Amino acid sequence: MTQDVRRIRRLSPRRAGHAAFVYLCLIALAAFIILPLGWMLTAALKPLHVPVFTFPPEWFPTKYFNLGTFADALTQPNEPYLRFAINSLTLASINIVGAVLSNSLIAYAFARLNFRGKNVLFALVLATMLLPAPVLLIPQFLLFFNIGWYGTQGGFPAGYLPLTVPAFAGNPFFIFLLRQYMRTIPKELDEAARVDGAGFWRIYWKIIMPLSVPALVVVAVFTFLGVWNDFFGPLLYLDDPQWFTVPLALATEVTRVGTKWNIVMAATLVAMLPPLVVYGFSQNKLMGGIASVGIRG
Amino acid sequence: MVMQHDALGAPGEAADPAAAGPIEPGHQPAWRPVGRLGRSEERAAYLFLAPWIIGIVAFLLIPLVWAVWLSFTDEQLLRPGVFIGLENYARAFTRDPSFYKALQVTLTWIFIAVPVFLISGLLVALLLNQRLPGMGAFRTILYVPAVLSGVAIAVLWFTLLNSDLGAVNQLLRSIGISDPPNWFQDPKWALPAVAIMGLWGVGTNAIIYLAGLQNIPPELYEAAGMDGAGPFAKFRHITLPLLSPTMFFLLIGELTAALVIIGPVIVISGAGGAAGPADSLLFYMLLLYRRGFVQGELGYAAALAWILTVIGLVLVWLTFRLEKRFVFYQV
Repeated sequence: MTQDVRRIRRLSPRRAGHAAFVYLCLIALAAFIILPLGWMLTAALKPLHVPVFTFPPEWFPTKYFNLGTFADALTQPNEPYLRFAINSLTLASINIVGAVLSNSLIAYAFARLNFRGKNVLFALVLATMLLPAPVLLIPQFLLFFNIGWYGTQGGFPAGYLPLTVPAFAGNPFFIFLLRQYMRTIPKELDEAARVDGAGFWRIYWKIIMPLSVPALVVVAVFTFLGVWNDFFGPLLYLDDPQWFTVPLALATEVTRVGTKWNIVMAATLVAMLPPLVVYGFSQNKLMGGIASVGIRG
Repeated sequence: MVMQHDALGAPGEAADPAAAGPIEPGHQPAWRPVGRLGRSEERAAYLFLAPWIIGIVAFLLIPLVWAVWLSFTDEQLLRPGVFIGLENYARAFTRDPSFYKALQVTLTWIFIAVPVFLISGLLVALLLNQRLPGMGAFRTILYVPAVLSGVAIAVLWFTLLNSDLGAVNQLLRSIGISDPPNWFQDPKWALPAVAIMGLWGVGTNAIIYLAGLQNIPPELYEAAGMDGAGPFAKFRHITLPLLSPTMFFLLIGELTAALVIIGPVIVISGAGGAAGPADSLLFYMLLLYRRGFVQGELGYAAALAWILTVIGLVLVWLTFRLEKRFVFYQV
């Protein structure tokens, strides 16, 4: 930072021009990102009788700060987004528990234990990253459909099973990430624990897990974002609107005739807010996780 | 869980001679269990791996084999199929009028999306890589769309790009473009509209490029500067070669993503609705979804999936051939 400041003070006219150009481009880009969100917020904060489409377009809320539309979107009887948000959060929570537990168990075995077939199995982990998703789509659906993991069965949302159970079987990307992270934990810690009489399970739970928290947070955040934003999975497996997730409910709402745009924009905001909050709290870790993928590639 | 704890936590296994040696995983292919302790370590490892092994068999291997079988049957939802040989494949290539349209839309999309997203991401990363104050804040803002729901983004941009009332066209009219594009209502502009939506997420690639840029040793630029290289020569002879592995990684990612895009249409006009004007947004995966899940012809859809996979493999193979010529790896 101090270095940056010194640079600015010593700017030659040419360098100042360069800096001005960079900032101009970046401000234009930032506007391209922020203005649509501002427009959406403006629409969501208007009362129902005020038109959403105005001339000229309103990019930021100035006149109306009416939270009623937002409340309507959350509680309207036929499309209660609060309910959908709770559904989405339930799915996300189960998936996070599943992803954190399973991927750390699997990664621990690959990072620390010796067993025959280890290299072959780890190559298999990496190979499953390359499996063609479209091909698996239909047989996976048929599999779940035929064992009754679909829709609602006697009041129970059986369609939630295919949206949660696979998380407990690990994910190649997370296994790789956690294994890499666990290999940076000094082995002396394991060995000291062994001398003290700890078994593998206890070493995993008491030493490796607590020390892997930064990487586990990345896994949890990615899992949350993936599940909260998932549309296709719920579209395939859910049939009863009361168990819909936020994206599925939103997509169903906009396809209907006579859409109320204020409500739709408020609902869109409901879909966007939780990821934004999570992003706000975790952005540095998240960026690190994403960047590390790119460097490896 | 209790049983696992007993099996793994027995104090007898504490000191393990096999693991105490200088073992670096990945460099010791021929590990063999030594004595009781080694065998118990192996047993423990397979217990830890159990969820993954069960998952890979149940959710990947069985479905994969089943997918081959399905593509040779006339399986429908609620009606098991019978073997019909290559009939599904023949139908796709000769009797499904939407098949070639879907291929054309998807390949056109690849030719638009891959270069646009690769180049825009690089340009934004170059901006963010300047050593000026405030870059962190811009980085944070630009990455925001990457965390948002695709459905929410589609709904938002369909509204913004509405041809009559949308904010974008009003903006264009106010700066003197009296006849702005009809975006999603015009077959010529529908794909570019999807690209604009995609460009909103330019931050995703930019962050990955940025990590690559920041990995380039600054000494190289200093040395080149002393030799009299200008900014373009530096970019051409230092940045591009050293960034080419990152670029290749993103190229493969964008290519495979473009191939399986199902498009915003499934959100906006519903699963069975129009795929844009004149089917201009009939992406291959949308066709597959409709044949399989709307019409319930799962056997035929399985064949469509295999055709797409073969196309994907050919494209990835071609890209890897390019890699040998254009990608520079630091040793």
